[in-house]
Amino acid sequence: MTEQSNLKEFTKGIVQYNPLFVLVLGLCPSLAVTTSVKNGVAMGGAATFVLICSNFIISIVRSFIPREIRIPCFIVIIAAFVTMVELLMKAYLPPELNASLGIFIPLIVVNCIIMYRAESFAYKNKPLVSILDGAGLGLGWTLSLCLVSIIREALGAGTIFGLKVSESYQPASVMIMAPGAFIVLGLLLGFFNWRKLRKSETSMKAHMKHD
Amino acid sequence: MIKEIALIIVSVVFVNNFVLSKFLGLCPFLGVSQKTSSAMGMGVAVTFVMTLSSAITWIVYNFILLPGDANIIAKVFPSIRELGLIEVLKTISYILVIATLVQLVEMMLRKMVPTLYESLGIYLPLITTNCAVLGVALLNTTDSPRQLGFLHATVQGFGAGIGFTVAMLLMSGIRERLALVNIPQPLRGLPIAFICTGLMALAFFGFSGMVQ
Repeated sequence: MTEQSNLKEFTKGIVQYNPLFVLVLGLCPSLAVTTSVKNGVAMGGAATFVLICSNFIISIVRSFIPREIRIPCFIVIIAAFVTMVELLMKAYLPPELNASLGIFIPLIVVNCIIMYRAESFAYKNKPLVSILDGAGLGLGWTLSLCLVSIIREALGAGTIFGLKVSESYQPASVMIMAPGAFIVLGLLLGFFNWRKLRKSETSMKAHMKHD
Repeated sequence: MIKEIALIIVSVVFVNNFVLSKFLGLCPFLGVSQKTSSAMGMGVAVTFVMTLSSAITWIVYNFILLPGDANIIAKVFPSIRELGLIEVLKTISYILVIATLVQLVEMMLRKMVPTLYESLGIYLPLITTNCAVLGVALLNTTDSPRQLGFLHATVQGFGAGIGFTVAMLLMSGIRERLALVNIPQPLRGLPIAFICTGLMALAFFGFSGMVQ
């Protein structure tokens, strides 16, 4: 295992396997908590913690878990870390932040990203790479949550991280509410598709010229 | 009594629809809504699991997790009477109840309605990780603004399932037509589905204010 391939395990989660924009996983929390950048960062941090820890533990005990009951085992391990992160957040973060994240903290248990990485990566790989994989995907998810929440907060409340964007802007509060979330994510996915299509088109043209 | 039950159902199906206003259960909502028949099957299975899991998690919450005299475990370990087990065991106990129920439904369907079992396929075990099921259990118990009765909690679970089914059926109708339309290349597939869901959520705003 060289250093370079370790680095690749970490960085693949940010662009190549971005959980939100490429894999399209973990939708419920991605839409529900992105009403402000602060909420998005807190949610991303909590999920990243759970993802790293559960990947680590699952890859350590993977040889003891029988194949038939691996899913219940994963769920119990993940649920234990979710309980930990919930208690930690209640103890150290401001109560209004906890209130606005609400039931989406315990719902990290059923976040598809964590289950997906447990099943397809941690169950087959060594502890160190599993930690790197979890950290990379967690960071990728947190960054995409930030992107969605920056757009929604700027359009819907006229602020970014609580700072006013412009004096004259009248916020459209529908962007903070449910419809805005769906439309912003739909357009963002469309934008990334468009970039991918354009890239493959230009590379095809370059290829033809080369021939 | 009947009026109260009707009020709960209307409020959870239309005003606070789980998919369109609470963002719960989006993965199956977008994953299984391509055909009306599979959307219907998924909706029925989720409604069944939700109703049963609401009832059972209510019992678990009131007789095992909450501190007080009703706690069964406190009869063996007296120290639990004051503390309760909500903080530490809430998530794990609920997810185990749901996973067991899904397994039960799977076995029952395989024995009794094999055709439905075949058509649901992979989606049946995935109900375990449907966040709407765990979400309704949490909203009925720990995250409810006031203490709910057993009937209220069960009806709310049933109504949430119906609301999920209604949203899925509407969406599958739209997507069956979308398949025949000329959509700009980059928006094909999920992006246009998201935009449609956004417009549907906007339409469901029309129901807000109907129930306090």
